[in-house]
Amino acid sequence: MTRSFIARNPSVLWFLLALSVFTVLVTLLSEVTGVGLVSTSFVKTLGKTLCLCLIAIAMDVVWGYCGILSLGHFAFFGLGGYAIGMWLMYARTELIVLDSLAKAPLPPTEQEVVDAIAGQIFGVVGSAEFPLLWAFAHSLTLQLLMVVLVPGLLALVFGWLAFRSRVTGVYLSILTQAMTLALSLYLFQNDSGLRGNNGLSGLQNLPGLDAVPQSVISIAFFWASAIALGLGYVLFAWVVSGKMGSVIRAIRDNEARVRFLGYHVESYKLFVFTLTAIVAAIAGALYYPQAGIINPAEIAPIASIYLAVWVAIGGRGRLYGAVIGAAFVSLLSSWFTGGSAPAVNLGFYTINWTDWWLVLLGLSFVAVTLFFPKGIGGLFDLIVLKPVADRQGDYGPDKGAWRKEEGEP
Amino acid sequence: MSTLLEVSGVSVTFDGFRAINNLSISIGQAELRAVIGPNGAGKTTFMDIITGKTKPDQGRVIWGPRSLSLLDMSESQIARQGIGRKFQKPTVFEAQTVRENLAMALKNPRGPFDVLFYRKSRASAARIDEIAAEIGLTDDLPRRAGELSHGQKQWLEIGMLLAQDPQLLLVDEPAAGMTPAEREHTTALLVRAAETRAVVVVEHDMDFVRRLNCKVTVLHEGSVLAEGSLDHVTKNQDVIDVYLGR
Repeated sequence: MTRSFIARNPSVLWFLLALSVFTVLVTLLSEVTGVGLVSTSFVKTLGKTLCLCLIAIAMDVVWGYCGILSLGHFAFFGLGGYAIGMWLMYARTELIVLDSLAKAPLPPTEQEVVDAIAGQIFGVVGSAEFPLLWAFAHSLTLQLLMVVLVPGLLALVFGWLAFRSRVTGVYLSILTQAMTLALSLYLFQNDSGLRGNNGLSGLQNLPGLDAVPQSVISIAFFWASAIALGLGYVLFAWVVSGKMGSVIRAIRDNEARVRFLGYHVESYKLFVFTLTAIVAAIAGALYYPQAGIINPAEIAPIASIYLAVWVAIGGRGRLYGAVIGAAFVSLLSSWFTGGSAPAVNLGFYTINWTDWWLVLLGLSFVAVTLFFPKGIGGLFDLIVLKPVADRQGDYGPDKGAWRKEEGEP
Repeated sequence: MSTLLEVSGVSVTFDGFRAINNLSISIGQAELRAVIGPNGAGKTTFMDIITGKTKPDQGRVIWGPRSLSLLDMSESQIARQGIGRKFQKPTVFEAQTVRENLAMALKNPRGPFDVLFYRKSRASAARIDEIAAEIGLTDDLPRRAGELSHGQKQWLEIGMLLAQDPQLLLVDEPAAGMTPAEREHTTALLVRAAETRAVVVVEHDMDFVRRLNCKVTVLHEGSVLAEGSLDHVTKNQDVIDVYLGR
C-alpha cells in the first residue's frame, strides 16, 4: 500500500542517476579537475543550462500539471538574479574601495566608504547615492533571503489578485506577460535603483576570491546548479505525485468540478504559482553569477515565452520532459546563434543560422504542438512498456452487460 | 422533520430573462425529493444557486441547523458544508484512475497543506474499497476514469458524491444514458442514500421518478407549480397543461 516515494516514481531515480553521471563526467573533463577537454566557458554554459532546466521544471509544474500558462516566470528568475547580483556587486566594490582608501592619510569613516561604493556602482547612471532597494545589499544572508522573499511575495500578491478574480486561460497568460513587461520597463529606467539598462555586471567575480581562477569557480557553480536541479526535481516530483498532484491535475482538467468537491482552487493555484516562482528565483540566483551580467532585457516577456517553448518541445506534464526540452533547445540555440552552425549555401541564397534559427525554432514549436503533443519526453513512452488495460472484470456493472467470459480474447 | 435547506423568494435574471422567479423550496434532513419540469423551467439554475455557481438577485438560501446563509459562501465552502453535486453530463477526471478520483472526493481536510502532507491511511483505503463495491467498480479501481463506459462514469460520479459524505446530494439526471438494469441499481442507491441524508434528484424521466416513490416538486418558468406525491401532481390541471399534456 504505502510503497516508498522512489518506488512509486522510478523516473526520479533514473533522473538523479543521469544527472550525477553527467555532473561527474563534466567534472572529469574540465580544465582544473579533469583532463581539460571541456573549456571553462563551456562548463559555465552547462552550469547555466542546468539552471534553465530547473526553471523549466518549475514551469512544467505550473503549466503542464496545474494548467496555468504563466508567461512571467522569467521575471522571478531575473529577480532572483538581481537579488544575488546586488550583494556580489556591493561586496566586490567594497573591497576595491577599501583597498584604494587604505592609501589615504586618514582612515576613512564608514559613511565615506558607503559613499564611495555608491559612487562606483551608480556613477554610470549619474547618481552617487544608494537607493532604498540596496538597504540589505551589504549582507549576503539578507540578500539570499531576498532571493526567495521578493519573487515569492510578488508571486503571492500577483497570484492572489489574479486567481481571486478567477482570471484563467489566455487572459491569465496576458496578465502575467503584462507583469513581466511592466517590471522589465521599470528596470530599464535609470532611476529604478538597479542601474537601468546597464544592469549589474562583473557578477562572475566573487568578492574575496580574486585569487581563485574562474575555472575552479565555474566547476563550483556547476556543482551547485546540479545539486539545486536534483533537489528541485525531487521536490516537484514529490509535490506532483500523491494527492496534491491529483488535485492540481484535476484543476488543470476541470477546475469548476474541483470546486464542487470542496477544494478551494484559488489557494492551490496560488500555492503552485508561488512555489514555482521561488524555485525559478533560486535558479536565477545560480544562473547570473555564471553569466556574469544581468540586465532588464533578461526579464523581457520573450524569455518567458522561450521557457514555454522549451517545456512544450520537451513534453508537458512530465518533469524530465521539461529538463530535456530546456537543455536540448537552449544548447542548440546557443550553437546556432553562436555562429558555430555551418551556413547552408543554396546557390541563390545562403542560410545563415544566426538569422534563421528563430524561424527554425518557431517551425519546430508548431510542428511539435501539432504532431507530437507529448514532445521529446513522449519518446520514453515508446521505450517504457506501459501496462495495457487488463480487463479482469465484467464489461459493465449492468446485468445485461457482457460478462468477462463473453469478452473478446 | 426539521428543515435542512430552505430556499425562499429567490429570483435570478439572465440578460433580462427570469430563469428563477420567486422560488421557494424547503428540503428536510433525510428526504428524497424529485424535481421535475419542462426544459427551461430552471431546474439546473436552482442547483447552481444552491451550490454557489450562480448568485441570485434576491431571496435567501438558508442551510443547516445553524441557519447559515449559503449566498455568502464560495462554491468550495458550500461543498465543505456538506452539499454534493452530480452533474448532468458525467464529469470525472478522465486522466486519473478511478481510485484517484475517489480519493480526491473522500471526506478529508481540503487545505493545500493538508493535501500536500496527506498520507494514505488504511481507513481511507478501506472506505474507497467500500464505495467502489457499492458502485460496482471494484475491479476498475486502477483504470483510468476515461476508459470507463458512460454508465460507469455516472456511477463513479455518484461514488465520488458518496465519498464526500454530504448531508445533501444534488443529483442532475442520474439515469441519463443508463440501461434499465443500471437505472434500477441507481434508484436503489439513491433511495438508500436518502435514508441518512437529503437527496434532491432532477429528472426528466417520469418512470424513474415514479420508482423513486417520493415527494415531487414541479418547476415551471422558474417557480414551483405544484408539490406533493407524483400521483397528486400528475392530477394537477396546471401540471398537465404545461408539462405532461404536451
